[in-house]
Amino acid sequence: MSALRVYIPCDAAAVACGADEIATALASSAARRKIAVEVVRNGSRGMHWLEPMLEVATDGGRVAYGPVELSDVESVLDAMIAGGGEHKLRVGVPEDHPFLKKQTRLTFARCGIVDPRSLDDYKAHDGYKGLAKALANPGGIVEEVTQSGLRGRGGAGFPTGIKWRTVAQTSAPQKYIVCNADEGDSGTFADRMIMEGDPFVLIEGMTIAAIAVGATKGYVYIRSEYPHAAATLDAAVAAARRGGLLGKRIGDSSFAFDMEVRVGAGAYVCGEETSLLDSLEGKRGLVRAKPPLPAHKGLFGLPTVINNVLSFASVPIIMDRGGAFYRDFGMGKSRGTMPIQLAGNIKYAGLYETAFGLSLGELIDDIGGGTRSGRPVRAVQVGGPLGAYFPRALFDTPFDYEAFAAREGLIGHGGIVVFDDTVDMAKQARFAMEFCAIESCGKCTPCRIGSTRGVEVIDRIVADDNRAANLALLEDLCHTLKFGSLCALGGFTPYPVMSALTHFPEDFGATPRLQAAE
Amino acid sequence: MPNYEPWSAERTAQIIREHQDLEGPLLPILHALQETFGYIDQAAEPIVAEALNITRAEVHGVVTFYHDFRRAPAGRHVLKLCRAESCQAAGGDTLAARAESRLGVALGNTTADGRVTLEPVYCLGLCSVSPSAMIDDKVVARLDAKKLDKLLAEVDR
Repeated sequence: MSALRVYIPCDAAAVACGADEIATALASSAARRKIAVEVVRNGSRGMHWLEPMLEVATDGGRVAYGPVELSDVESVLDAMIAGGGEHKLRVGVPEDHPFLKKQTRLTFARCGIVDPRSLDDYKAHDGYKGLAKALANPGGIVEEVTQSGLRGRGGAGFPTGIKWRTVAQTSAPQKYIVCNADEGDSGTFADRMIMEGDPFVLIEGMTIAAIAVGATKGYVYIRSEYPHAAATLDAAVAAARRGGLLGKRIGDSSFAFDMEVRVGAGAYVCGEETSLLDSLEGKRGLVRAKPPLPAHKGLFGLPTVINNVLSFASVPIIMDRGGAFYRDFGMGKSRGTMPIQLAGNIKYAGLYETAFGLSLGELIDDIGGGTRSGRPVRAVQVGGPLGAYFPRALFDTPFDYEAFAAREGLIGHGGIVVFDDTVDMAKQARFAMEFCAIESCGKCTPCRIGSTRGVEVIDRIVADDNRAANLALLEDLCHTLKFGSLCALGGFTPYPVMSALTHFPEDFGATPRLQAAE
Repeated sequence: MPNYEPWSAERTAQIIREHQDLEGPLLPILHALQETFGYIDQAAEPIVAEALNITRAEVHGVVTFYHDFRRAPAGRHVLKLCRAESCQAAGGDTLAARAESRLGVALGNTTADGRVTLEPVYCLGLCSVSPSAMIDDKVVARLDAKKLDKLLAEVDR
């Protein structure tokens, strides 16, 4: 009898919920029973409320069980041996689960399915097909990416094809491909999931970018809070090198490209691209003024493509299936799919990749199932710590770059953090200013000093100290931050602050008595 | 619990040599120093500066800019509690207050007996299983009072 094939995620979210201990327990239980078990440490499917979610390969496909606790291991193994049998934790075939079934998985097509450290497994699941097409027509890569309508998934939403064209057209003795894997926004984990669950797709995307623009060296700048992702990516880079897919002759072509993984050091601002470049160079992560653009003068002053993990990871399928295929998903100027991350106080938390255009309400109520606490949803922050807080009244907003901008918000990197009715929005606004003060690189005065003054002004408003004047001052301060900062840290901190104040004024000390007095 | 070597100039010079040929070697060197010694001794700064042909001020500036780099050894265990929005939404504030009161130190400090350093961290990317924490190199999620107390008991040893 062939070995029982069991999948136990190595994704940090599963590990943090006990996946490693479960893997050990399952292996020793199998040994005691004298049953041959082959354990594959896959990435996560993204149904995180079910993590750790174990799967067993059966004749009818993979059958999942979750969330598995240490005390369930024996009985889950019994059910697995029975060929995917009944169990109180049986989820069934993952692909048939409504949460996965309704998604459009392009970027995350393989995540949770393949062994993230196996190049063979990647290739067996359509991996490196995009690179093959790119090598067949290197001159056509930029056009294909431009046609796809792909926009930078890190948050700024700048068209990827235009960025690449600029670098391609700039001549220099050395060009670089830099991947921004400094995913610091609270409520986001898509980059981490890709690096832990399907790292080769990122390597392939960066390799295609290198061929498109004539770069030979790449760096992935990954945050130090992601040790699991860095380890998996390191292993994948080594495997790609062994397989001849990084190095002097990529896939036996005349193109050379190699890459290194570099670890950040706990500075949120290094998620800003110019600050990241300074950090890679070995400096303090100070934001640079633009121009010059990184495309002209980037890493070490040389032309550099710098993109987010998800942007690069979307390129292989664009090359494989064509720009038009990708472009057919989405709405307006937001083309393709977005891996949306449902986080915070939400029942069905996890990763949901779908074409742009679903409404915020559909995402939170229908897909996310409302709050985990069971209390009413009061506010959601979309786009990380620099994103706006939206009340229920704005839940009809479609998930689209322009639609969010029109309502003084942003989709950023696609994270949604849900809060129930116990949230104090003045406290959240204060935290936004406090976070900006902690993380400011110090280059721009409005960000460096304004954030600290912002905390003080909010404290005075809440304490009802000269309230009207301080509200005006806060608004003025936010205006200065928004227009007087070089980067998004100072420039966008006003979004959470002003949206909290606009949509939830009652939390800023406006008690009924005070409202009457004003 | 991590096991660190006592600081030495010779070992520092060796670590620098191992990384010196990288492009932008300073962060990899500082990470390696901290992994070896548990912190970056101020006496290492001029050695690094000399080797990389930059000023001591530049090295010091980098060491002090990044939250990760320690200028003194941490406690025997390091407990990082996520204090970012997703964990706030899931009850992180109460847990942080509980940890502070149980350990008798505010976030960002080490207990007087050197047993544990309690630190805030702004997102571990475990926002779908909030609240989360990291104890030494281990990630923990879906924290509640009971799980936190168990972690605190672990660092008590």
